[in-house]
Amino acid sequence: MLPPVFGVLFDGIAYGMLLFLLSVGLSVTLGLMNFVNLAHCAFAMVGGYVTALLVNRFGWSFFWTLPLAFIVPAVASIFFERLFYRRFYGKSDLAQVLLTIGIAFMSVATAAWFFGTTQQPITTPEFLRGSFQVMGLDIAPYRLFLILVGAAITLALVVGLEYTRFGAQVRAAVDNQRMASGLGINVERTFAITFAVGSGLAGLGGALAIDIVGLDPNFAITYLIYVLIVVAVGGLGSIAGSLAAAILIGISDIAGKYYVPQLGAFLIYLVMLAILMWRPSGLFGRR
Amino acid sequence: MAVPTDTAAEPVRYLKSQTRWHWAETVFWLATLLPFYLAPDYLQLASQIAITALFALSLDLILGYAGIVSLGQAAFFGTAAYAAGIFSKMVWGEPFTGLLVGTAAAALVGYASSFVIARFRHLTLIMITLGLSLLLEQAANSAGWLTGGSDGLQGIEIWPLFGAFPFDLWGYTAYAYSLVVLFVVFLCARRLINSPFGLALRGIRENAVRMPAVGAPSRKHIRTIYTLSAAIAGLAGALLAQTTQTVALDALGFQRSADVLVMVVLGGTGRLYGGIVGAVVYMIAHDQLSGMAPQYWYFWIGLLLVVVVMFLPNGILGGLSAAANWLHERWSSK
Repeated sequence: MLPPVFGVLFDGIAYGMLLFLLSVGLSVTLGLMNFVNLAHCAFAMVGGYVTALLVNRFGWSFFWTLPLAFIVPAVASIFFERLFYRRFYGKSDLAQVLLTIGIAFMSVATAAWFFGTTQQPITTPEFLRGSFQVMGLDIAPYRLFLILVGAAITLALVVGLEYTRFGAQVRAAVDNQRMASGLGINVERTFAITFAVGSGLAGLGGALAIDIVGLDPNFAITYLIYVLIVVAVGGLGSIAGSLAAAILIGISDIAGKYYVPQLGAFLIYLVMLAILMWRPSGLFGRR
Repeated sequence: MAVPTDTAAEPVRYLKSQTRWHWAETVFWLATLLPFYLAPDYLQLASQIAITALFALSLDLILGYAGIVSLGQAAFFGTAAYAAGIFSKMVWGEPFTGLLVGTAAAALVGYASSFVIARFRHLTLIMITLGLSLLLEQAANSAGWLTGGSDGLQGIEIWPLFGAFPFDLWGYTAYAYSLVVLFVVFLCARRLINSPFGLALRGIRENAVRMPAVGAPSRKHIRTIYTLSAAIAGLAGALLAQTTQTVALDALGFQRSADVLVMVVLGGTGRLYGGIVGAVVYMIAHDQLSGMAPQYWYFWIGLLLVVVVMFLPNGILGGLSAAANWLHERWSSK
């Protein structure tokens, strides 16, 4: 028999994986271009609505919608990058914050217009529902699935960044953008591709999040705050940092809600402030 | 102060020339009296606008002058609103002492957090301001016995102003009260930014690394302006608590911080009138479109933001002054 603290850890890690998927794209693009993209969670919301629409309206199986939940926001983000974002590289923080929060506001209103303000229901496959018991712990298969997906994507990202030519270009651009472009790396193209992949991952996270936290038009703003916390705590441009921070925040959030429910989300803000005071550039940040 | 040489007189003359009143300013402040005669039905709204303008002014001081991007200015607004509300409920309802208590509470929180603020820039700074306001909102939510939690703080009773002018339903007293506070704070802020200290702040905004190099104590300056800005935001919050006689949890919310940022940017940052004009335009538009469901209203706000940052980077006032300069040049070249 295991004490309930393991259950809290398990749920916290599953939640952390979700936060990791939602935030890793923002972390890398921030590290790459120093671009503060507050519309990141709008792309996550797009992924969520793609899945909800396909499952509820067209009767697709949950799994088959996931690739589209990746592709649609990725393509949409390329469109936005070409049209708006690229004019704001190197501009002030304020201009970037305003542009992207404007887009986030519009996404909230657009989602409310098309889908209403109610929570979207979702039906996951039979074998992911309910729970089973391992040594006295209630394990929800869906959370186990989340952890597996998170681990697989972390692995894919690490391999992609460490062992491919494109990954080397991304790392070079994060480390020193001027030097990288001086060596003939097309930094803008590298950025556009990274940005699309990051938004796609956020979309996937948004789709996977429906069963855990629900989906309504305010998702783009509510989870933006969580994602920003993960990015700031983890450090910009670091996958390991994002993963560590996401799991830390996930566990803090679940533990806080389990042990001191009256304080609500107090604990994660406290954790964030404490870490930022200790290390202003985040756990794994270099700048 | 005796100024020995002409070269030393130069900056003094520059600062003096900046403090001169423009005729448009006099017209603007006289126009703020018009609602008493032209729109007596809208005095409640007018007092809300004056309060919001004061709040926007507080953000403009740190954002437009010192270049500190804050997503958590509501922390001070809400702290003071709760402090003033609770004070009038538990101690007494005299408005000026309540205002003072609220402002002092906000200034205290601002002073404490300014030590953290002064150390960071960029994303970390944005996140710390945001985190502080979220932390306070959660604290107010969990301290339901004191703040009323999500039901809001009820049962505030404010005594008549000077014991003679009660806060009526029509908002005569509320508007006069808010307007006077706004005007007095505006005068102080105007004096402040046209002082050497104000110049030092603009220096920090333009180049944060160079200012310490020329011997300016940047961090100390940031701490001072941040505390002052918190106190002014607190004044606005306390005014809102007193004139509406209720405080809701959203006084501390992220939405309020985001809204005030929108207003300052809409009006134009780094000009004292920017925040005020932005607040007036925003609040009137919001009132006119209030029939619209809030989720759709934010579509237009979002669109407005995108359009402003893409085409009017200096806000309404920046656009107007550019247009005026252009006309002036056309005129004089003929």
